[in-house]
Amino acid sequence: MDIAPDPTCQKLHLPNGLLVLLKEIHTAPIISHWIWYRVGSRDEIPGGTGISHWTEHMQFKGTPRFPSRVLDRQIARDGGNWNAFTYLDWTTYFETMPADKIGIALELEADRMLNSLFQPEEVEAERTVIISERQGSENEPTFRLSEEVQSAAFRVHPYHHEIVGDMADLETMQRDSLYRHYRTYYQPNNAVLAVAGDFSTPAMLDQIRQCYQSIPAGASPPRLRRPEPPQAGERRVVVEGPGETTYAEIAFHTPAAHDPDFFACTVLDSLHAGPTNLNMFGGGISNKTSRLYRALVEGELAVSVAGGFQATIDPFLYSISLTIHPQRQAEQAIAAVEQEIQKLQDAPPAADEVARAVKQARALFAYGSESITNQAFWLGFSEMFAEYAWFTSYLDRLAAITPQDVQRAAQMYLRPQNRVVGVYLPSRAS
Amino acid sequence: MANHSQSTLPGADDILRSQLDNGIIILARTNFNSPSISLQGYLEAGSIADPDEKLGLANFTAAGLMRGVQRRDFQAIYNELETVGASLGFSSGALSTSFYGKSLVEDLGLLLGLLRESILEPVFPAEQVERLRAQELTSLAIRAQDTASMASLAFDRILFAGHPYGRPEDGYPETVSAITRQDMIDFHSSHYGPQGMVICIVGAIQPQLAVDLVSQAFSTWHNPAQQSSYTLPPIPGLPAPARTHVPIAGKSQADLILGVVGPERRSPDFLAASLGNNILGQFGMYGRIGESVRERAGLAYYAFSNLSSGIGPGVWYAGAGVEADDLEKTIEMILAEIRRFSSESVSEEELADTQSNYIGRLPLGLESNAGVASALINLERYSLGLDYYRNYASMIQAVTREQILETARKYFNLDQLVIATAG
Repeated sequence: MDIAPDPTCQKLHLPNGLLVLLKEIHTAPIISHWIWYRVGSRDEIPGGTGISHWTEHMQFKGTPRFPSRVLDRQIARDGGNWNAFTYLDWTTYFETMPADKIGIALELEADRMLNSLFQPEEVEAERTVIISERQGSENEPTFRLSEEVQSAAFRVHPYHHEIVGDMADLETMQRDSLYRHYRTYYQPNNAVLAVAGDFSTPAMLDQIRQCYQSIPAGASPPRLRRPEPPQAGERRVVVEGPGETTYAEIAFHTPAAHDPDFFACTVLDSLHAGPTNLNMFGGGISNKTSRLYRALVEGELAVSVAGGFQATIDPFLYSISLTIHPQRQAEQAIAAVEQEIQKLQDAPPAADEVARAVKQARALFAYGSESITNQAFWLGFSEMFAEYAWFTSYLDRLAAITPQDVQRAAQMYLRPQNRVVGVYLPSRAS
Repeated sequence: MANHSQSTLPGADDILRSQLDNGIIILARTNFNSPSISLQGYLEAGSIADPDEKLGLANFTAAGLMRGVQRRDFQAIYNELETVGASLGFSSGALSTSFYGKSLVEDLGLLLGLLRESILEPVFPAEQVERLRAQELTSLAIRAQDTASMASLAFDRILFAGHPYGRPEDGYPETVSAITRQDMIDFHSSHYGPQGMVICIVGAIQPQLAVDLVSQAFSTWHNPAQQSSYTLPPIPGLPAPARTHVPIAGKSQADLILGVVGPERRSPDFLAASLGNNILGQFGMYGRIGESVRERAGLAYYAFSNLSSGIGPGVWYAGAGVEADDLEKTIEMILAEIRRFSSESVSEEELADTQSNYIGRLPLGLESNAGVASALINLERYSLGLDYYRNYASMIQAVTREQILETARKYFNLDQLVIATAG
């Protein structure tokens, strides 16, 4: 058995290739169980956009052993909290249960790794549910803007399209394509099982072996590889729609999570726009002393500013989102962002500004560690783009970042040629 | 395992409740599993005191508290907080202004100091007030484009016509524009005070130490001018069912809300209504309503019912987001479920499932310090008693099918039904 750098975490492979991570936490009578699949919207091609997300929905529609309503009922009866998420790089399903009820989570996840039915009538009923989900998002100007910015940023890489998929594909997707997708990617050798909470490791391992060991390994699913060529000049997009409010989003291509520059960019984001909270459970903090807030909100060019930076397998985007002040134009606010970037490119930040970013990250980690569900999330999440050691060494790696590293990251990544600028213009028609 | 669960639930033996001479109630509970603390609480200052023409005043005042205090300006306040990764914020409801903070335990003194200065010594700098006003007005412009918010606003306005709960706490553009800095100063001096204030601290600290720190920060506070009592008028009631639509151009989806006045939190009907509501529109994937509207008809991504109960009349409602063309069909499907729910008792199996769900999920809601703090605040706000969570399982088990049917019949009077749609 490999021992991960966190001595409280055990990590091993079952013979069928399933990677298992276990962490005992005896602070509350709760266990959180997560199964992660290495498939997301990045594995989709035109004609099949949204297939990973739709497959995730179909996983709640039942197997012969756990028909759809039975599944829901079992978990809810036991007081469990369960959900699933589809992202760019991965799809995950979790159950957090009272510790003595966790058996049902193992049984059902092992069962639906192999035996989901994807009945045609269920596929059709879900089509309109997913279209409704997309329409709900389209009601939001920020979704519409962000979708356009993302697609302008990625011409080649499948990060190009939204996770929910394009309407054209949602209207035409067929049951057999969904089922084929499921059978291709839902394999033990393409999955990571992460369990944290109130259990003893040997007993939990026995339970895991009983449930998962008999699932045969499948062919290793190939991941779609279409690297994005370097962007050779600024790209601009404009979206028009209802409302009175103007929004802007400036997105820069930034490094993947395994790249050493990821940490310099994390510090850059923190002092630029306030720390991005990578926890799935456990809230973030305000950003009112960040450089961009002071320049834009205190400068009355915008009424809010937020930075977004995510841990991904391939280089994704660092985005700066602005809600423009009602008396200003988007271009005025964008010019102020450019000036702030220029300052960071011209001079390294003060050492205490960098130290502050590290302390902020430490606090966010402490808030996240209150929740067993969030700790289990990290066990698996970190394996999707690196490994668990990435998480356990995160604060140390941030602490090693120097002011010069931050300046260099600003020079390298926050160039105009490397960005997409998007503006949502209200039609004011209503 | 059951005993283990029971002993980790908050109870009289591990919640420290203390009251200062000036009236402030302090609640504290230890959790040494993470080096962080959650601080939450409320003051008795809410939008119920807002004049109609300045609706949003309580909310605007709460938002202004941290925009500058006697000894620090806006940037200095947030510099203290953000430098240590802490957070603190205020928000205002109809009857109270709540605050929420968190920090590493080593920074609790700093957090309490800023809480004290924000509540006792705000100066509402003119420049900051105007900046904040632009932000509030932008929020209202965004609200006007949000189908769920606009349906909800229209729903409350009809259901609670002539009652304070019929008014949005964040006001309207014209009322927010009418608020002056002096209004905020006056509101603060006549409504903020220690009477009725509650502070709760949960985290990596001994409860007595938490109480001592709060006492140091707040025990000398007095405000003889505080107007802390409020009286909620009765709800006028509707002469007939009512329906309204808020048109919002260019939206791909409409939202609907339909419902009636529900029980207050302290009502003896509350638990039966809550369990019944879970069966109607929450359990599993949105209960019976979800089964009908989402699972069978595929009309919506979300379709649910909710029971919102606090002090004074509550709201029992169902909601969904659907294509505009499907609104009528969805309303009919939800009404069919409500009619069934208020004419036939739920099955034994449904009740047993829901009871089991309520009892099982309780510790999950108490995973984080913030979850525990908000649970303790509820004990205080609704006078539920410190052993409420320890007795919770037996109270839930005691609810019968007959009680649920009786409660459903009592509240779901379709002659008083309000339907609001937007999109």
